Amino acid sequence: MIRDITIGQYYPSDSILHRLDPRVKLIGTFLFIVSLFLFDSLYGYIAVAVFLVTIIKLSKVPFRFIAKGMKAIVVLMLFMAFFNLFFTPGNTIFQIWIIKITDNGLRQAIFMGIRLIFLILGSSLMTFTTTPNQLTDGLEKIMKPLNRIKVPVHEISMMMSIALRFIPILLEETDKIMKAQMARGADFESGGVLKRAKSLIPLLVPLFVSAFRRANDLAMAMEARCYRGGDGRTKMKPLRYQNRDYLAYTCVLAYFAIVIALGILENRLF
Amino acid sequence: MEMIKVKNLTFEYIRRDEEGNVESINKAIDNVNLDVKKGDFIAILGANGSGKSTLAKHINAILYPTDGGVWVNGMNTAEEKNLWEIRQTAGMVFQNPDNQIIATVVEEDVGFGPENLGVPTQEIWERVEKSLEAVGMLEFRNSSPNKLSGGQKQRVAIAGIMAMKPQCIVLDEPTAMLDPNGRKEVIATVRELNKKENVTVILITHHMDEVIYADKVFVMERGQVKMEGTPREIFTRVDEIKKYRLDAPQVTELAYELKKAGVNLPDGILTVEELIEAIKLIKK
Repeated sequence: MIRDITIGQYYPSDSILHRLDPRVKLIGTFLFIVSLFLFDSLYGYIAVAVFLVTIIKLSKVPFRFIAKGMKAIVVLMLFMAFFNLFFTPGNTIFQIWIIKITDNGLRQAIFMGIRLIFLILGSSLMTFTTTPNQLTDGLEKIMKPLNRIKVPVHEISMMMSIALRFIPILLEETDKIMKAQMARGADFESGGVLKRAKSLIPLLVPLFVSAFRRANDLAMAMEARCYRGGDGRTKMKPLRYQNRDYLAYTCVLAYFAIVIALGILENRLF
Repeated sequence: MEMIKVKNLTFEYIRRDEEGNVESINKAIDNVNLDVKKGDFIAILGANGSGKSTLAKHINAILYPTDGGVWVNGMNTAEEKNLWEIRQTAGMVFQNPDNQIIATVVEEDVGFGPENLGVPTQEIWERVEKSLEAVGMLEFRNSSPNKLSGGQKQRVAIAGIMAMKPQCIVLDEPTAMLDPNGRKEVIATVRELNKKENVTVILITHHMDEVIYADKVFVMERGQVKMEGTPREIFTRVDEIKKYRLDAPQVTELAYELKKAGVNLPDGILTVEELIEAIKLIKK
């Protein structure tokens, strides 16, 4: 059951989107998410949908693969739809007892749902087309200016990439410890919430001990390989903008401008 | 000049109670002297707790001497200004292959050392390619380390050290967590680096069959060097080795027992081939 958890699912392929600089994808995704909240008309939704479909086609990630990832948020969507549907004030169009559905509620539920789907689609497309390493590299480069206000940017990105490297190792270890404890009669599955939480202690204690031991070993190995922080370090794979990256920036900005224009047209922004 | 010189080295682990008073002093290394020439293949043998790993960590300036000193290529490890140059000169490979690989792609991990040294990008690529080729892992350059076997991971770790162009590699029980095939792979790689690239090798282990190719063997027990000599010299003294909680290679032990039982065999047989030759001679 533990193996089902995947973080930073990367879909290996050789599309133009995969080859883009991670910074473009990070900034593009950010602008895309912002753009989702700048309009409230049907035309806006159509514009976003067209943009999204184009990007998905370009990414060469099969739609079924993306749809599989959406399963995880079904509960969240239902939850949101429920609250929007029943608790938004407006003209009642349907009522049983104290439960009533208003026109605004219905509209909100549908449109917020679509927005959420767009949001998840857009951001998961970024993780599908970018390896975790590229992501941390991109983040490090984008955040670089924060170094001046004493944010340890390099250290944060190093921690992120080490965490990514050790997630599968620790998952495997969890599995192993779990089996070892089960072989000695530990029971992780029955009982109430409290009992189950308690039964995790014999799993978590050895896991933490081993994680600290690994951290200690790794720190020593890094020091032995002359690691001394980000200063004076060079990069094996430095990020450099190519022509396609500038083109991508132009496309994203054009999209952003269109959405803003639509927003202004419907007098939502000002 | 010696590659590595250890003189009267003593190291104490001091255990303190909660108020900071000394509770007990444990001498992990007790007055050790050791000279390693450039290009040598040295093996340090010892059972658990004999102080061999502690000694290794002194060469890489991870631990500092309580008394005495260690010089790497003439640089004193106790002086802080030498720290990074020492670590670059004497690279270190550790026991657990998982806990020393930093990146999620093989080639990026090999590039980690040169990146830290500030090597220009173009040269990093050249070094990565060369070191991966030297350990025979070039075809796995784009793989994830999680998909490799233990022996392969350890070879990647060795490549990561080689990419820093060290003159000396210290391997701290590199095969302790590997299966027999992985062990063979790693030892063959280390021998080849020693011969082809003329890298000084210090191999720390408790597997006897790994030291038979070494130029010189040191046997440690309770923090002291108890025996030193060529593998053949060491393995003629099977009884003494056993006293230090170590085992001679199986063939050596067989030959030793045969000799004790009256078969006319020479001393210090190290490989199966040697034993066969010796027995053939007797039959004639």
